Amino acid sequence: MHNFELVKPSTIAEAVAALGQEGAQALSGGQTLIPTMKQRLNMPDMLVSLTGIAEMKGVCKGDGGLHIGAATQHAVVAKEAAAAYPALAKLAGGIGDPAVRNRGTIGGSLANNDPSACYPAAALASGATIVTNQRSIAADDYFQGMFATALEEGEIITEIRFPIPEKAAYLKFEQPASRFALTGVFVAKYPSGVRVAVTGASNDGVFRWAEAEAALSANFAPSALESLSLSGEGMIADLHGSGDYRAHLAKVLTKRAVLAAS
Amino acid sequence: MPKDGGIGASTKRREDVRFLTGKGRYTDDINIRGQAYAWFIRSDVAHGKINSIDSSAAEAMPGVVKVFTAADFAGVGGIPCGWQVTDRFGKVMQEPKHPVLADGKVRHVGDPIAVVVAETLEQARDAAEAVEIDITELPAVVNMKAALLPDSPKVHEELTSNLCYDWGFVEENKAAVDEAFEKAAHVTTLELVNNRLVANPMEPRVAVGDFESHSGQHTLYTTSQNPHVIRLLMGAFVLGIPEHKLRVVAPDVGGGFGSKIYHYAEEAFVTFAAKALNRPVKWTSSRSEAFLSDAQGRDHVTKIQLALDADNNFTALRTDTYANMGAYLSTFAPSIPTWLHGTLMAGNYRTPLIYVNVKAVFTNTIPVDAYRGAGRPEATFQLERLVDKAARELGVSPIELRRQNFIKPDQFPYQTPVAVVYDTGNYHATLDRVLEISNYAGFEARAAESKARGKLRGFGLAHYIEACGIAPSNLVGQLGARAGLYESASVRVNATGSITVFTGSHSHGQGHETSFAQVVAEMIGIDAGQIDIVHGDTSNTPMGMGTYGSRSLAVGGSAIVKATNKIINKAKKIAAHLLEASEGDIELKDGKFTVAGTDKSVDWVGVTLAAYVPHNYPLESMEPGLEETAFYDPSNFTYPSGGYACEVEVCPETGKVTICAFSAADDFGNIVNPMIVEGQVQGGLAQGIGQALMENCAYDENGQLLSGSFMDYAMPRADDFPMFTVDHSCNTPCTHNPLGVKGCGEAGAIGSPPAVVNAVIDALHRAGRTDIAHIDMPLTPSRVWSAMNA
Repeated sequence: MHNFELVKPSTIAEAVAALGQEGAQALSGGQTLIPTMKQRLNMPDMLVSLTGIAEMKGVCKGDGGLHIGAATQHAVVAKEAAAAYPALAKLAGGIGDPAVRNRGTIGGSLANNDPSACYPAAALASGATIVTNQRSIAADDYFQGMFATALEEGEIITEIRFPIPEKAAYLKFEQPASRFALTGVFVAKYPSGVRVAVTGASNDGVFRWAEAEAALSANFAPSALESLSLSGEGMIADLHGSGDYRAHLAKVLTKRAVLAAS
Repeated sequence: MPKDGGIGASTKRREDVRFLTGKGRYTDDINIRGQAYAWFIRSDVAHGKINSIDSSAAEAMPGVVKVFTAADFAGVGGIPCGWQVTDRFGKVMQEPKHPVLADGKVRHVGDPIAVVVAETLEQARDAAEAVEIDITELPAVVNMKAALLPDSPKVHEELTSNLCYDWGFVEENKAAVDEAFEKAAHVTTLELVNNRLVANPMEPRVAVGDFESHSGQHTLYTTSQNPHVIRLLMGAFVLGIPEHKLRVVAPDVGGGFGSKIYHYAEEAFVTFAAKALNRPVKWTSSRSEAFLSDAQGRDHVTKIQLALDADNNFTALRTDTYANMGAYLSTFAPSIPTWLHGTLMAGNYRTPLIYVNVKAVFTNTIPVDAYRGAGRPEATFQLERLVDKAARELGVSPIELRRQNFIKPDQFPYQTPVAVVYDTGNYHATLDRVLEISNYAGFEARAAESKARGKLRGFGLAHYIEACGIAPSNLVGQLGARAGLYESASVRVNATGSITVFTGSHSHGQGHETSFAQVVAEMIGIDAGQIDIVHGDTSNTPMGMGTYGSRSLAVGGSAIVKATNKIINKAKKIAAHLLEASEGDIELKDGKFTVAGTDKSVDWVGVTLAAYVPHNYPLESMEPGLEETAFYDPSNFTYPSGGYACEVEVCPETGKVTICAFSAADDFGNIVNPMIVEGQVQGGLAQGIGQALMENCAYDENGQLLSGSFMDYAMPRADDFPMFTVDHSCNTPCTHNPLGVKGCGEAGAIGSPPAVVNAVIDALHRAGRTDIAHIDMPLTPSRVWSAMNA
C-alpha cells in the first residue's frame, strides 16, 4: 500500500469539499478499495471516509418506502430492515461473512457496482431511488454496466430509497470460491407489476429480465416462467461457469425466488 | 501410570494451549535487531527472455540497501533436486538448472527475477516498482501433450525436449501385460485428469537469514517440515556452507501438507544476503505470493485400463500418465509420479500383472511436488474410479467386484507385482465396517426420500492402500533418492527424572509434542507431563529427515522407542547396582525398578539421580549420565488401508453436489492417540473432498494463473461438509516397527476423492443417466450441470 492521507468529515458538505481535491477518493466500508490498495492496483493520494457522517447512516421509513443511509453497514440493514423489507434484510445478511457485513456499506456496494454484488439486484428489482449529494437517480438509469454507474466525478450516494413490495425474495447461487453471486435473482412484486433483476450473470452487470417480469406480472407463479429462457450470449463465462450455465441458473433462481417470495 | 497419558489415550494436545492463546512462535514472529526486508520481484509472464534489468533508480530510493539479481549469484549453485529417476531405457532424467534468481529467462509466472532489500518492507516494495525489467515474452508451454510435440517451444534450451523422463514400471512386465489384455474377456478404459492443487497451509512461507561475522555462523529460520534436509541441500549444494557453520530452525509451523518440504530459492536468498549485507534479512510471503511460489500438487492426465476374465477376476492393469513437473524440478518432484505412484497401482487387489507408464513433462507453470498423499492419491483415484466403471459396465455391484478381487486376509504378507510387499491388512474387514458405519442397508430409503425432494442421491465407495513410513534408505537409494530416509531421536533424562526428547521429526500440526510424549510415558511408566518433545532446530536435534509421507510415528516414533529402550537398559543396570541384584532380575513397571519376586525396589528418580550423582555407581564399567541417541531405518514401508463411503445429493437443476454423509473405516495399525488420529483423518477428508468438488489450480493458454487467490481458488470451508464418521476399529498392526503403527496423515486425502466421484456417478446412473461415465474433478456445479446437459 502506498502512503495516503485520510480525512474523516462529519457532514456531507465537508466530504464533497474534500473529494474536490486532486487525487481524492471516497472510502466507505473499504471492502473492495482497501484490498486493491494493498495490491498497489489503486493508489489514491487521499481517502475521504464517509463512515463518520451521521446523516448518511441508518434505516427508516419515509416517503415512498424504506430509506437507508448510504454509509449503513450490511449488518445494520440485515437487522433494521427486517420488519419493513424482509427480502432486502435477508440479502444484506447473506453478503460475505460477519467481518464484511460489519464494514461494507450499501452505498459502497452500489457505487462500486461489482457485476457479482448482491445489492444492485435489490436496488434494480425494487425500482429504488439512488439519492446523491446532487440529485435523485432512478435505479433504471443508475446501473450502466460492469463497475459503471451514473455517478459523476465527486458525486456521492447519500441515501437509497426502496419502495416496499407486496412480496419479494432474493436468491443467489454462490460462486464456490468467493461466495459472491455466480448468479443472483431478486424478484419483487408491486401493485404496478413484477420486477426481476439478475446479478452475477451478465457482462453488462445487473439487468432486468423483461420477459420474466411480463410473465410474472400476469401470473405470479413459477409455472409462468416455463416457456421462457435467457440466452447465454453476453453472459459472463469463466472458471466457475459458462454463459449458458449462468443463463440457466437465472431461470432456476427466478422460479425459486417466486416460490420463496414473502 | 496415569490412564490418560500413555499409548491409546486421547490426551488433549498440549501444543494447542499455545496455539489457541496466541503464544505460538512462528517464523514471522522472529525479528532480529537490525534486520532488513526482502521483496521479490516476480515474473508476470509465463515464459520470457530477460533483455535487461536496470535497478539504478531503485537503488537510489529511500531505505534501499541493495537490489540483487542473478548476477549476484554467479558463484552460487542452483536449487538442487533430491531424486534422480531413471527412465524405461536406462537413461537418467533430464535435469535442468534451477537458479536462485532467474538467469536470462523466466519460466513461470512468479519466477523470481530480482530482490530488493530495504530498511522496511514498504520501502522495498516502493523501490521494486522502480526496477526496470525488459522482457520479451515467448510462447508459453502449458498443455503437457502439446509440450511433447517436436515443434513445441522448450522450457529449457539446454535440454533436448520438454520430456523429463519416460518411466516404465515394471518394464519387464510390459509384454505380459499387453498379452493379458489381448486375452481379456472384458477391458474397461478410463481417461481422467487429476486436478492441480495449491496446498495453501494457513501460515504462508517465511525465511529469516542471519549471519555472525565473528564466527562465520549462518542461521536460517524457515517454515520447513524438515530443517536438516534444508541444511544439507542449501549448505552443500547451493551456498557451500559446511553444516557446522549453518543452523536451520523451523519453529512453530502452521501447516505444510508437503509444500514446506522443499528447499526454496527464498531460503537460499536470505541466507546468502545476510552474509553479503552483514545484517539479518527477512522475507514473508503474502498469500498472493504463495499462489505463485509454493510448489503445487497433483496435475496428472491419465489413461488407465483394466483387463478382466470371464469370471470378473482382474487379470491385468496398465496406465499411461502424463505428470506435470512445472518449470523446474522441485526437491522431490521426480519421485512423486513414479515411486510413490506406480508402486501403489495394485491397490487392494490381486491383479497379477501391472504396467505403469509415466511421462514427466516440463511446462511454463509453477513447479509441482508432493501434496498430502503425493502420488498415492493419484494412484488410488484412477484405480478406484476404474473399478467402479468396470462394475457398471459388467452390471455387477461395485462393492462385490471389489470384494471378489481383494487380497484375502490370509494372503499377507503379500507380494504385489509392483515391487512392494504389504505386511498386513484386512480389506474385507474395512469394507464390511464402512458399509456398517455408513448404514448402507438404509441407503435405498434415503434415496427415496431425496427423490421426493427432487434430488438425486448416490452412494460411492472407495478402498485405498498407501505406502507410508517412508522409507528404507537402501531401497530408496536404489530408486534414485539422493538422501537417506531414516529418523533420529535423542532421549535426555535429567537428574531429577524428567525427560527431554529431541526428535528429527518435525511437527507442523501433527501433535508430536503430545503423542511422542505418550509413547515414552508408556514405556517408562511416568507421567507424560514429565516429558518434553523438542524438534525443529538443527543445533540441538540429531540429523533427522523430517515429517512427510505419514512417517513421523512409524519412523520417528520408532527411533524414540529405540533410544528409550537404550535408556531403560542402562537404567536397569544402574538399578541392579543400587539394589545389589542381577540385571536380568530387574523389572520396570509404572516407573519403578523391582527385583523380580522381591519387594526390593528403587523408583525412577532414584535411578536417574544416581546416574548424575554417581556416588554409589559402577563407574569402572559404566559411564555416568542417562542420555541416548538412536537412528531408526525402517525395513519396509507401512501400508495403511481403508474403506471410504460417500453419500451425495445432486441437484438436477443446478448440478450442485452436496455431501450428505462421509464414513471412513481405516486400518492404521496400533494407535497412540485416537483423538489426534481422528483429527488427521477429518483434515485429510476435507482436503480430499475439496479436491473432488471445489479446488482447481487453473492456467490459461498463456500460462497465466487463473486461480491466483481465494476469490477464484475454492478453499473448502467447514460448512461445505457434514460431520464425518471416522472409525479405526479394524487394526492389523504393522509387523516391522516396534509400535506396530502405520501412519494416518494422508489417508483422508487419498481415499476420499474417488469415493466422492463414484457417489456422484452413482447418483446420475440411478437417475437414468448411464451415458455419463466420468466427470473430471473438481465436480463443481457447473461441470456436473454441463455433463448433464452436454
